[in-house]
Amino acid sequence: MSIDLEKAAKVAKLARIKVEPDALPALAQEFNNILGFIEQLNEVDVEGIEPMTSVTPMRLKRREDVVSDGDQQAKVLANAPYAREGFFAVPKVVE
Amino acid sequence: MTELNTLTLAEARDKLRSGDVTSVELTESCLKQVEGADALGAFVHKTPDLALEQARAADARIRAGDAPAMCGLPLGIKDLFCTKGVPSQAASRILQGFRPEYESTVTQKLFDAGAVMLGKLNMDEFAMGSSNETSCYGNAVNPWRRAGDSAQLTPGGSSGGSAAAVAADLCLAATGTDTGGSIRQPAAFTGIVGIKPTYGRCSRWGIVAFASSLDQAGPMTKTVRDAAIMLGAMAGHDPKDSTSADLPVPDFEAMLSGDIRGKVIGIPAEYRMDGMPAEIEKLWADGTAMLKDAGAEIRDITLPHTKYALPAYYVIAPAEASSNLARYDGVRYGHRASLGKGDGITEMYEKTRAEGFGHEVQRRVMVGTYVLSAGFYDAYYNRARRVRALIKRDFDQVFAAGVDAILTPATPSAAFGLGEMAEADPVQMYLNDVFTVTVNLAGLPGISVPTGTDASGLPLGLQLIGRPWEEADLLNTAYALEQAAGFVAKPQKWW
Repeated sequence: MSIDLEKAAKVAKLARIKVEPDALPALAQEFNNILGFIEQLNEVDVEGIEPMTSVTPMRLKRREDVVSDGDQQAKVLANAPYAREGFFAVPKVVE
Repeated sequence: MTELNTLTLAEARDKLRSGDVTSVELTESCLKQVEGADALGAFVHKTPDLALEQARAADARIRAGDAPAMCGLPLGIKDLFCTKGVPSQAASRILQGFRPEYESTVTQKLFDAGAVMLGKLNMDEFAMGSSNETSCYGNAVNPWRRAGDSAQLTPGGSSGGSAAAVAADLCLAATGTDTGGSIRQPAAFTGIVGIKPTYGRCSRWGIVAFASSLDQAGPMTKTVRDAAIMLGAMAGHDPKDSTSADLPVPDFEAMLSGDIRGKVIGIPAEYRMDGMPAEIEKLWADGTAMLKDAGAEIRDITLPHTKYALPAYYVIAPAEASSNLARYDGVRYGHRASLGKGDGITEMYEKTRAEGFGHEVQRRVMVGTYVLSAGFYDAYYNRARRVRALIKRDFDQVFAAGVDAILTPATPSAAFGLGEMAEADPVQMYLNDVFTVTVNLAGLPGISVPTGTDASGLPLGLQLIGRPWEEADLLNTAYALEQAAGFVAKPQKWW
């Protein structure tokens, strides 16, 4: 499966990373090299093998369904590039 | 008198407890070295005031007779760990200016045990790399050089700053993290010890996530004994990490007897790669002979799916990274791109991530996005997870047959030159992890021990792989190997 410029642009869009059009050929080439390397996996007989979900056989712990944290608005916002009136601020999303 | 910064953790601990030195003296000795070592690019955020404050508190504890394992010992902390109020940016531009409001569990445990933090250490951006060349801070440099050559070499990666700092005696030990070999490969390149514990042994809470099913923190130290001491302080159950194991942490140091008589050491045929340098071949054979002389039984074993570990890793790790790194969107922390007229929220995401992520990180996020995208999820991601199950089964079978530990080379070569791989295909760089990545995929503990040098005098390491949760036994085997190898070489100071 080879990646052309259109597909490379689509992947960049899905990943929300701006890639200038003149950088797309090199990017597509890199994808193809890496995917070529990954293609080796097709040699493996995986019939009847379940995809691994957890490397250690353990049951995820559950905690009590209670409020255990909160009321830290100032700390939550402390690192925001742009915050106002107690909220994260972003460019206008809806007209 | 020995310079205090050159002490091991064990030596310094004993001197602190006997009152021969104070933590302030130890810390000042290290801070002086850190100040003079900018050429190594190891410390990227220095915290001398915090260090001295912690040292004074540690001295007070010791005087009061309360001296836990790490009390008063000066450490470097990899930039991947969130440290409260101290810049923690995973060597990425996208986390420029980020000062966490909280402390990672592992650093909190170290501080609770009395440890002193000298500062934050360089690394590959988001721990993605094997040479510390993807860092937004610039390269970390290996304190080792080839004999008669002043070319700058990589300390390895991603924990390159940690490795350089420990090898150059800037700190007594450092924290590292390992997703595909990021503790063990740099340890091998710099002649120090590094252990990646069993997945779940150390809490991942507060460590910037790369690939959550593979990431583990561990100590990078001057000796195996130090690794045992420091791992004990880092490990343990944490309710804030649902994958952290609720198991008791043994006294690893107490179990270092050096007696490995009757232990079965496996030598895997598949790690004998085509074109393996004769030096690595010899190192491996020598290490095998050392363990045999110490009374271990050497057994040839087979791990048939080894060849597929790297390709599986380069599906699973980017897939998880693309998901984990989705949080860097310019909204909640770190960098936000300045926007043009008419730019909306999508442009904000796209420009922020293009400016904030370096090339290798962008590439891996996009590869991950691709292998998880509709139509390819089964062909790539699910297939890789099935292969991962087979890789783990290989190890399970070998351990079930009575093997206690597996001996392999840690890296395919000694440290290479900075910039040497710049023109190479990314896949060439990925091959650095060929011996280490299987261990992450199978969730096992693995340790790198320096056992020799190459023809130009650079350190080389061997890796021991243990059974899950049996770090104590693994450390003891590593201790026996360390005793037999007697590696004591140090880099000549040029910085």
